[in-house]
Amino acid sequence: MSTPTTQAPGGRGLQGSVRQRRADPLFRVVLAVAASSVLLLLAAMIIRTSIEAWPVFAKEGIWGFLTGTEWSVGTSRSEVTGSYGAWPFIYGTLLISLIAIVFAVPLSIGIALFTNELAPNWIRRPLTSAVDTLAMVPSIVYAFVGMYFFRIEVWAPVGQRIADTPLGEVPFFSGPVLLSSYWSAANILAIMILPIITAICRDVFAQVPADEKNAAYAMGATRWEVMSKIIVPHSFSGIVGGTMLGLGRALGETLAVAVLIGSTRDMTSSVFQPGDAMTALIANTFQDAHPEAIWALLAIGVTLFFITMAVNIVARLIVARVNLRVGGGATV
Amino acid sequence: MDHRTAMARDLDHGQPPDGAPDEQAAQQHAPGTEPAHHAVHISIDQVSVRYGAFTAVRDVCFDVPRNAITALIGPSGCGKSTLLRTINRMNDLVPGATTTGAVTYNGEDIYAEGVDPVEVRRRIGMVFQKPNPFPKSIYDNVAFGPRLNGRKRDLDDLVEHSLRRAALWDEVKDKLAQSGLSLSGGQQQRLCIARAIAVDPDVILMDEPCSALDPIATLRIEELMKDMASEYTIVIVTHNMQQAARVSDLTAFFTVDMDNERQERTGVLVEIDDTDTIFTNASDPRTEAYITGRFG
Ligand SMILES: Nc1ncnc2c1ncn2[C@@H]1O[C@H](COP(=O)(O)OP(=O)(O)OP(=O)(O)O)[C@@H](O)[C@H]1O
Ligand SMILES: [Mg+2]
Repeated sequence: MSTPTTQAPGGRGLQGSVRQRRADPLFRVVLAVAASSVLLLLAAMIIRTSIEAWPVFAKEGIWGFLTGTEWSVGTSRSEVTGSYGAWPFIYGTLLISLIAIVFAVPLSIGIALFTNELAPNWIRRPLTSAVDTLAMVPSIVYAFVGMYFFRIEVWAPVGQRIADTPLGEVPFFSGPVLLSSYWSAANILAIMILPIITAICRDVFAQVPADEKNAAYAMGATRWEVMSKIIVPHSFSGIVGGTMLGLGRALGETLAVAVLIGSTRDMTSSVFQPGDAMTALIANTFQDAHPEAIWALLAIGVTLFFITMAVNIVARLIVARVNLRVGGGATV
Repeated sequence: MDHRTAMARDLDHGQPPDGAPDEQAAQQHAPGTEPAHHAVHISIDQVSVRYGAFTAVRDVCFDVPRNAITALIGPSGCGKSTLLRTINRMNDLVPGATTTGAVTYNGEDIYAEGVDPVEVRRRIGMVFQKPNPFPKSIYDNVAFGPRLNGRKRDLDDLVEHSLRRAALWDEVKDKLAQSGLSLSGGQQQRLCIARAIAVDPDVILMDEPCSALDPIATLRIEELMKDMASEYTIVIVTHNMQQAARVSDLTAFFTVDMDNERQERTGVLVEIDDTDTIFTNASDPRTEAYITGRFG
């Protein structure tokens, strides 16, 4: 075999420099440490909180804690004397977050489609910055505006309208409509998560290849058909992602919910009446809580953490399923 | 006058022209007959396109005969794609683009008031440079257009017919549920042709449909085009001289007209003629220079 080897000019072979070869593994180690520190931090938080909360779980049982409806706080420093059923708070959190999502997601998709596909340039820019600005407004401001304006001028009147329709016969929508309620909390959450979901939708819609849209237009699709049949389906995983981010924020939002939900200890059956939520309970009671009550609040915190995690996992499963069904490379 | 308004209404409402089915049947009964070069299908009259203040093509006039292949050739940037997109009003989607002049399709100006561009595009299909199947199954790709039109019955037959027409059926009949993106580039382009055919257009515009394909896939598409010309009017943009010579009946040569004063490069039509004439005996020296590779 006499294949002539061509040497690079200057006689350098293919081995590369020693320095580069050393730098590569070093860099990898640094990145690995950075990445694992996140996992460590997360683990430390869960373990630490769970240990503190353990006596409450031990007394009520995990199932009993999650489904119990009686929450009466004891004053002990060393043992669990009260009874701790977290269901009213879990229910409140899930209910208001769900309503918020139901309101915010379609609206966000609509706003994003409008900005990307329909709005002329002179509307697009101000609209984009307005939405982005809303995303940066602190919770306290939303809480105030909700408290002093929206719930009085908008949500309660609208709620009253709903309660006055035949729908009001259903206990869930029945009056009287109070100012502080699940309804008010859900509405402020919807407003608060709207900007982030809109921003994400806008970004994923912009990713849809022009080729695909043009192909549909060239077959005689209308703008509406291109939006509903090409852009939205193409962006499904992004929309789910944005929704989950919004849901995460809704589940965890504390201040605005604490101010608007009314914080009553018993679960009412109507959305238009006050209730309580996990974050609101913690915020409203932790300051002068006795040690055992603190443990119970930590148990709520742990529960909230696992709910958030479950939401995340479900979202990933949905996205993975859809990608499998839709994506390219079905042969693999 | 009456006739015109009736036609315009027809484009608005999406009913096929009354005469169309008969006409098509007649064509199908006589396969292999010479394409009727004299029957004008689309007539482009004084068409200019501007992007903002920039004139991309100016004053183009020519006729596209029915059931023939018309090739548009010319140097890059001379406005071939732009002109092609005026024929099915795809330029309407480009912000800032304005089209003047008239494009007459079956005797009706598609830029007339009241004409719905969506309806125009259902009659005049388009195949793009880069194969662009939807990230859906092969079946759903082909069924997409018919479904838009509200068709639910006999979809299977229509999908099979369209895929057969695009010479793809035998390769994909056992994997219709697989993603269109899992096909090879040439197959993807034929899928795009099948998809365009499925809405039953009578004109198909192709913008460099083979430029992303290897020579064998290119030949298959060319054969397909020649075969399709018995049923469809085809307008193809190509950079490949041999391709234009091989497949087309007519060739239109465009070039860039430099306006030194205004620093503008505007596309203009130099000439259009039978492909043989253009390639062997062009009347304009610029055409000959371009074809023989002596272009500036
Ligand atoms: N969407 C657009 N906005 C602004 N200018 C455009 C747009 N599309 C095309 N142009 C301009 O119009 C002119 C003609 O472009 P066009 O794409 O029609 O040329 P072409 O002949 O198809 O070129 P090629 O052979 O490279 O595809 C070019 O100068 C181009 O820059
Ligand atoms: Mg082009």
